[in-house]
Amino acid sequence: MLIFFYIFGLLAVLSALGLIVLRSPVYCAMALVGTFVSLAAIFVLLNNEFVAAMQILIYAGAIMVLFLFVIMLLNLRAETHKSMHWGLAKALGVAFALGILAQLVGVLSSPAARLGPMGGYSAQRIADEGALHIVGRLLLTDYVLPFEIISVLLMIAVMGAVVLAKRRPPRHIEEGS
Amino acid sequence: MIPVAHILILSAILFTIGVSGVVIRRNAIVVFMCIELMLNAVNLGFVGFAYGMQSMVGIMFVFFVLVVAAAEAVVGLAIMLEIFRTRDTLNIDEFNLLKW
Repeated sequence: MLIFFYIFGLLAVLSALGLIVLRSPVYCAMALVGTFVSLAAIFVLLNNEFVAAMQILIYAGAIMVLFLFVIMLLNLRAETHKSMHWGLAKALGVAFALGILAQLVGVLSSPAARLGPMGGYSAQRIADEGALHIVGRLLLTDYVLPFEIISVLLMIAVMGAVVLAKRRPPRHIEEGS
Repeated sequence: MIPVAHILILSAILFTIGVSGVVIRRNAIVVFMCIELMLNAVNLGFVGFAYGMQSMVGIMFVFFVLVVAAAEAVVGLAIMLEIFRTRDTLNIDEFNLLKW
């Protein structure tokens, strides 16, 4: 079990590195799909088949297909050598990112992050009741207000995308059409 | 039982890779994909805590983060389509209209 976690974690990190070093946007999208699938495998190892299924359906399915559609619609060229050039600004940026990593690792591995089992949902109980069952009940009881707000957010996002991406009407009407 | 600290450190590493991607890449769509990677790393952190604490709160947060990420991707890509139509490029160094 632990060995599978390390294998999929390594795969996720390698594909994430591919995302930031590969030159073509389509290859970057494929690397990101690799990360999403590895993370879905890790979610299964963490007894969360529901989140894993959502990860595959929404991220690897819907969102990445949207990205690929836009990449192909825009007919992007791969980045040139010049734009991949390492300058002082990028080196500083990566140094600051490593600083963030040091901070995060320091906080997350400190004793304060080891909270221990505090909730009432043990792996046994989740297996008995079914994760989907529990999530569905919580969504319609404790989390009903966020649930309604998120549906309004989705509707606004759809309308915003239509308004933004709609073709503007042409300035003059072509003859014969 | 997978140690929770290892899950959280994997999540921190993925988040850092996302941050570095945002800093070093110049293609707006790739920058956007790096933001999705950061959201996903945070999701892994939530699931890791939910696993360690035997709680469902983390799972509910992951659900909401997923929906917000989907909405963000839809609106962001629509904005990028519109920018590409007017500027004919997606290099973020050339989006400097609001700079002074």
